[in-house]
Amino acid sequence: MGYHWNWKVLFAPEPGGTGTFLHYLVVGLEWSLACALCAWVIALVVGAIVGTLRTTTNRWVVAIGNVYVEIFRNVPLLVQMFLWFFVVPELLPTGLGDTIKQMPPPWAAFVPAVLCLGIFTSVRVAEQVRAGIGSLPRGQRMAAIAMGLTQFQAYRFVILPQAFRIILPPLTSEFMNIIKNSSVALTIGLMELTARARAMQEFSFQVFEAFAAATVLYIVTNLVVVLLMRWIEGRVRVPGLIAIGAGGGH
Amino acid sequence: MAGFDWDVIQRSMPYLFREGMKFTLTLTVLAMAGGIVFGTILAMMRLSKFKPVAIVAGGYVNLMRSIPLVLVIFWFFFLVPYIGAWILREERPIQVGAFYSALITFTMFEAAYYCEIMRAGIQSIPRGQVWSGYALGLNYWQTMGHIVLPQAFRNMLPVLLTQTIILFQDTSLVYVISATDFLGAAAKVANRDYRLVEMYSFVAVVYFIISFSLSLLVKRLQARIAIR
Repeated sequence: MGYHWNWKVLFAPEPGGTGTFLHYLVVGLEWSLACALCAWVIALVVGAIVGTLRTTTNRWVVAIGNVYVEIFRNVPLLVQMFLWFFVVPELLPTGLGDTIKQMPPPWAAFVPAVLCLGIFTSVRVAEQVRAGIGSLPRGQRMAAIAMGLTQFQAYRFVILPQAFRIILPPLTSEFMNIIKNSSVALTIGLMELTARARAMQEFSFQVFEAFAAATVLYIVTNLVVVLLMRWIEGRVRVPGLIAIGAGGGH
Repeated sequence: MAGFDWDVIQRSMPYLFREGMKFTLTLTVLAMAGGIVFGTILAMMRLSKFKPVAIVAGGYVNLMRSIPLVLVIFWFFFLVPYIGAWILREERPIQVGAFYSALITFTMFEAAYYCEIMRAGIQSIPRGQVWSGYALGLNYWQTMGHIVLPQAFRNMLPVLLTQTIILFQDTSLVYVISATDFLGAAAKVANRDYRLVEMYSFVAVVYFIISFSLSLLVKRLQARIAIR
């Protein structure tokens, strides 16, 4: 096919002088993971709040939650990335906007990427949280109120602890999505794994070695996440709900 | 928002829709058709009693689902010219435009997701349907084609369409291979006239209106199918 394979290129030094190409890619993976983890914190916190609010009985609160979810679900991730990177700093007061734009690299790309991924994923987390709360028997909430707990205490001590343990499997796949989606940050200049594979291809002309190495790194990351989450799922399984926790049903 | 320049949007409207949106919609529709066909084949392979076939299809689906779409777009962008050269027995990698490269990418990538939907759809059909097919003397392909797949497809139609809305949004990622889709066209105008705020806000609004309307349609369809 006229393509010259050269796997040794992975151990050749990269032009930036930081080490081998393999090391260059691994640092990229570290950026992907750092971005994904920071965004995941935002996604979990905001998602849990929005998802919970959408199950309350206040119509206005539910409506605001619905609008939030629809907005961030119906705009492509890449467009949202551009909004956070190009548009938001312009809409802020001039001083603040300029400070954001003048952050030294890689932070100028990292911060908008984290905010974008966090909010984008929070919508999906909110949907899962809402579904998890909805799947609990109504008696749980009634019993909590009957025992004299306030609405807040009922959520805090009875409903949410159960809901979160039930939705752990779908949250795992959302976490894997956030790692994969962090690659979209390459469009605003974050040098994460996919961006570095692309850069390696331009430096070395070894397209398929670069992409194959990146692919393997993504697959290994996936496997580690799956094993880790399976372990956590086992530890926090709700007693008596083994069938759901084991991920059999759906 | 005093400095918001509405004029640039109005001026570039014909370019954005006739060039950009046409690219986006053509890509979405063709990739959906190709993805559903290939995805259904993959689903049948995954459910096959012949283990090697099931393993190959399962491996393909899991591979596609574990790497980012951006990386898949890059893979195919560089791989397709070599595969083309191999099929056509050419010496050198052939030239493939951004559109065909994107079309192949999205068909192959979305097929993995459509596969999982169709697999769930096929598994939701009661076993008795298959047995009665065989009892009537139909072979595997006839049973699949006339009995199982039409029902599975109908049951899964809302989910398939929801996946298509995701596909529609995902096509914006062809930006990374500099294709002129709706976002790509807007980005070109934005950078030429230095009107990033106006163009990207407009793009977001248009994507929102289309995706939101489609999702409302899917919801209505779902309610109609559910009643039977």
